[in-house]
Amino acid sequence: MSSVVTLDHATIEIGGHRVLVDASFSIQAGEFIGVLGPNGAGKTTLMRSILGLLPPSAGSLRVFGHAPECGDPAIGYLPQLRTVLPDLRVRGLDFIASSLHGERWGLPSPSRADRVEIERTLDAVGARELANRPMSEMSGGERQRLLLAQSLIGSPKLLLLDEPLISLDARHQEVAIDVIRQVCRERKITVLFSAHELNQLLGAIDRVLYLGNGQAVLGTVEEVVTAPVLSRLYGTEIDVVRAADHIFVMSRGRDVERDAHMHDHGDGGHDHHHH
Amino acid sequence: MVATTTTITDMFAYEFMINAFAAAGIVAVVAGLVGYFLVMRGQTFAGHALSHIGFAGATGAGLIGLAPLWGLLGFTLVAGIVMGALSERISNRDIAIGIVLSLALGFGLLFLHYHTTFATQATALLFGNVLAVDHTMIATLAALGAVTLIALGAIMRPLIFASLQPELAEAKGVPLRFVSTAFLAIVALAVSECAQIVGVLMVFTLMVGPPAAAQRVTTGLWSGLMLSAALALAEAWLGIVIAYHTDWPVSFCIAMLSALGYFVCLAASSWRTQHAH
Repeated sequence: MSSVVTLDHATIEIGGHRVLVDASFSIQAGEFIGVLGPNGAGKTTLMRSILGLLPPSAGSLRVFGHAPECGDPAIGYLPQLRTVLPDLRVRGLDFIASSLHGERWGLPSPSRADRVEIERTLDAVGARELANRPMSEMSGGERQRLLLAQSLIGSPKLLLLDEPLISLDARHQEVAIDVIRQVCRERKITVLFSAHELNQLLGAIDRVLYLGNGQAVLGTVEEVVTAPVLSRLYGTEIDVVRAADHIFVMSRGRDVERDAHMHDHGDGGHDHHHH
Repeated sequence: MVATTTTITDMFAYEFMINAFAAAGIVAVVAGLVGYFLVMRGQTFAGHALSHIGFAGATGAGLIGLAPLWGLLGFTLVAGIVMGALSERISNRDIAIGIVLSLALGFGLLFLHYHTTFATQATALLFGNVLAVDHTMIATLAALGAVTLIALGAIMRPLIFASLQPELAEAKGVPLRFVSTAFLAIVALAVSECAQIVGVLMVFTLMVGPPAAAQRVTTGLWSGLMLSAALALAEAWLGIVIAYHTDWPVSFCIAMLSALGYFVCLAASSWRTQHAH
């Protein structure tokens, strides 16, 4: 197996704040990685670095064996912060089409091949009917499915999904995880999937990348989600309780993941805590 | 039928009418196309502010003996570029924009105060005077319109991407700030042209009414753009025809058609939504 994302003693900082310090890990081709950690741990920042938007201040970060280039078509991305124009009367098809080579200057040139590719991908995530609906009439979950389809267009080799479960209800969350896992297995896509809750991902992920306190730990759930490792990452005493196929990460008797989740939705949820 | 044909030929017997159709036609197409993106990006208020800032520029130009168009153009261009460069989001900050636009109108008034002979032209600036357009103005508008549309065409693809999905566009390497600054400069050009036809106070009638109406009836990008330009053109020309027959001010007729077009399309789209289920 070849490695897709490799950090070697990498330090990543934003505005003088060091988000990751001297981090080293390597993600292999085809892996489905759950990215977890408290708010502000650097999940979004790490993804932006992998996209080439934020080079490490020390050490090295390699994607497909070289320094990441901004706009690499081999990387599909679903951003966490998603601007939603409230009265956007543009249909799903044109919304996705805008992202195809949207970085090139000049007039858009919608081609028949692009259209076929978009509809094929919408089919893959079960969202064909969204092609002709205006964005302003879609629910949060429908927009999410559309964005997921978009991130798969152009046959990416690496998929960065930043909190793709936000604004989905429990049933749609499960469906989304299943669809992503299935499509990515079929196409052998490496996935970084950030989330608030570990439990929903347990059946889907190969390994977990836990971020916190400037550190990153990559390993199987059994290796990483333990009291000593998480206490180090959270910087406080953490208990890990396993019960009925669920893992509860507790701090002084409170479920920290659930707290973070509630907090995020309480204040609107879509602010960039990771900056 | 015979009577109608005669009145139409009558209308074109006047050179000022032909000029009015030519000037309004050029401007309407530019306004409909640029306005489509203004509405899509939710920046209509910024466009409104640019036209008010242009009023100060136009009266200021009069004070130093320049043609008002150049003052209008200079002020709106600088203001558009500053708005775009200051911040990604400042163009959506209603309060800051509101304060700046009333300040600009105030300055316009001050310049008028020191240049009293200019007062008759003030009405033309504020409400437009398409019937007074001459050949030089048509040539200028055609040249400006061509520049505006070429610039819009050059940035259209990244502009759409950056408008719909700024976070992803940034990740794919679209220079967001440059695109939004260039767009506001393009809006400034369109506003200056538009103000020659319907005046600074009524640029909404051509730049917002037609694209907003078009977006209610079609959700396709290309069909929306084409319909927006076509509606703007139809409203501008029909407005002139109505004004010719009624002797009402042209800008009023265009404003009336623009509002009518929008509300008809709004009603049609909500009727369609209700009956679709």
